[in-house]
Amino acid sequence: MRTLRFLLEKEFRQIFRNPAILRLIFVMPAVQLILLPMAADYEVKNVEIAIVDQDHSPMSRELIAKIDGSQYFELTEYSDSYEKSLETVELDKADLVLQIPPNFEKNLIKENESTLFIAVNAINGVKANLGNAYLANLIRQYNMEVRLEWMQLPKFNPFPMIEITHSNWYNPFVSYPLFMVPGILTILLTMVGGFLAALNIVREKEIGTIEQLNVTPIKKYHLILGKMIPFWLLGFVVLTIGFLISYLIYGIVPVGSLVTIYVFAALYLFGILGFGLFISTLVETQQQAMLFGFFFMLIFILMSGLYTPIESMPDWARLIAELNPVTYFVEVMRMVVLKGSTLHDITRHLVITGVFAIFLNGIAIWNYRKRG
Amino acid sequence: MEENTVIKVKNLTKQFGAFTAVDGISFEVKKGEIFGFLGANGAGKTTAMRMLTGLSYPTAGEATIAGFDIYRDTEKIKQEIGYMSQKFSLYEDLTVGENIRFYGGIYGLSDELLETRTEAILKNLELENERKTLVASLPLGWKQKLAFSVAVLHRPQIVFLDEPTGGVDPITRRKFWELIYQSAEEGITIFVTTHYMDEAEYCDRVSIMVDGRIDALDTPAQLKVQLDAVDMDEVFLKLARKATRADG
Repeated sequence: MRTLRFLLEKEFRQIFRNPAILRLIFVMPAVQLILLPMAADYEVKNVEIAIVDQDHSPMSRELIAKIDGSQYFELTEYSDSYEKSLETVELDKADLVLQIPPNFEKNLIKENESTLFIAVNAINGVKANLGNAYLANLIRQYNMEVRLEWMQLPKFNPFPMIEITHSNWYNPFVSYPLFMVPGILTILLTMVGGFLAALNIVREKEIGTIEQLNVTPIKKYHLILGKMIPFWLLGFVVLTIGFLISYLIYGIVPVGSLVTIYVFAALYLFGILGFGLFISTLVETQQQAMLFGFFFMLIFILMSGLYTPIESMPDWARLIAELNPVTYFVEVMRMVVLKGSTLHDITRHLVITGVFAIFLNGIAIWNYRKRG
Repeated sequence: MEENTVIKVKNLTKQFGAFTAVDGISFEVKKGEIFGFLGANGAGKTTAMRMLTGLSYPTAGEATIAGFDIYRDTEKIKQEIGYMSQKFSLYEDLTVGENIRFYGGIYGLSDELLETRTEAILKNLELENERKTLVASLPLGWKQKLAFSVAVLHRPQIVFLDEPTGGVDPITRRKFWELIYQSAEEGITIFVTTHYMDEAEYCDRVSIMVDGRIDALDTPAQLKVQLDAVDMDEVFLKLARKATRADG
């Protein structure tokens, strides 16, 4: 125990003397939590639309006013030439072009039918598709209004219609930060646990002090614990800072108990530290450790359901996601923060993460040889 | 064997695949002796030393360090030895005092002992005012002297020094050897590798390794007589020239 005390004392001294690590611990959560949810936003607002009005009728103006009044669209061009509108698309000033053909109103009144044309700038596919869907929806609504106005309503509606209404559970306003922030916290923790610990050990290899330690009577498990505990604690610091930031900036307060999250994080950090330890046994230099870490972080992030739902992945990718410890942390975070899940609800995640922790630490210790 | 034999090595061998780095070496070192372990680069010195300090498993042969078997009692050996590697092994981002405290602490020294020994080291090295100085900002010669003092901090029976004076000037090396003599007088056995032949002259006995084997082992004076050489430089050249192994 006394040995461990000296190891920890030394480790903390070194960490707090290293301005780069301190900056990483405090600045990284702030920057990532502020930037990522705002930048990587799936919600499409301000779709830029160019409208070609060749009809100039009261009805066309009514439709345009409706589009312009919607929060999703921004009218950037209003003309009567389709070619001119396409130019704005080419200049990237418009995502959509809506063409209202001549005689739009006349045809609608006379023949009960009229055509509109939508051209989509599909370079940004997500924005284009969503913009298209919003616009189609708006036009359908407008269509309904026109029909209601014109039709003499019979007692029974001759056209039975199913209207879908929906409500969003757990995230009623479909707020993107509320969805992303808990996920980003998991990545931060993974970086601190996996990355920093691995780099720290490899650094001692590089400067040769690990060999000096290996000729001392230090026990293997003391050395490993001495390396793990500081970064385990740092993980909690980062998590706490992360929650503070997400409260201050996004007003996110977990619906569930923080205790549930911290209990899971404790187990998760233990596992991911084992992973860092394992990497450190595989490499000789910090450069190699960085490259290894980078490789795994990319897989961890992209295959964790953080950005893209696992359910829509092909089977083989889903398998990788299921073998990815981050997946479970992302799920737990979202479950607890958004739904208020309890420890009982995340039993499965706890068990799987426990297995990961035992496995990762097992191979790390097995691979960490004191004598070559 | 006599009671005061602290290192006993018999046919110690280390193979890496088909390559025999250390080829059945045998020797004994007595308590309090300064034993020079010489050889050209790649002759197998460091490999031999790593086996004796428990960093590497021998392929064959036997050895006891301070009476403990190097296969079975590595953990006991570790308490009895000190080690200073050619890679400088103090923590640059810790202060002089913190380094002493850390290494003393993991060898199990009590707080009182840590304090008295820290003061003794600082006084001996004339570093009293540098206790709170980061090791990174010390000159190399001071770092090496400090590293040596830390290696014998727990009063080991034997201290292994792997090229401890690489890269420093002759005056600093001379001062470093004064420290070595000091420890030898206190009864600590010194096992040292070096490339400097003037340092070999300071040793009580010297072994010279060539291609993984020990080709000569005697006092510097005797070696000079045996090989008809004026100084250790010539002794070394005459033996090392026989090497067939490439440098490395």
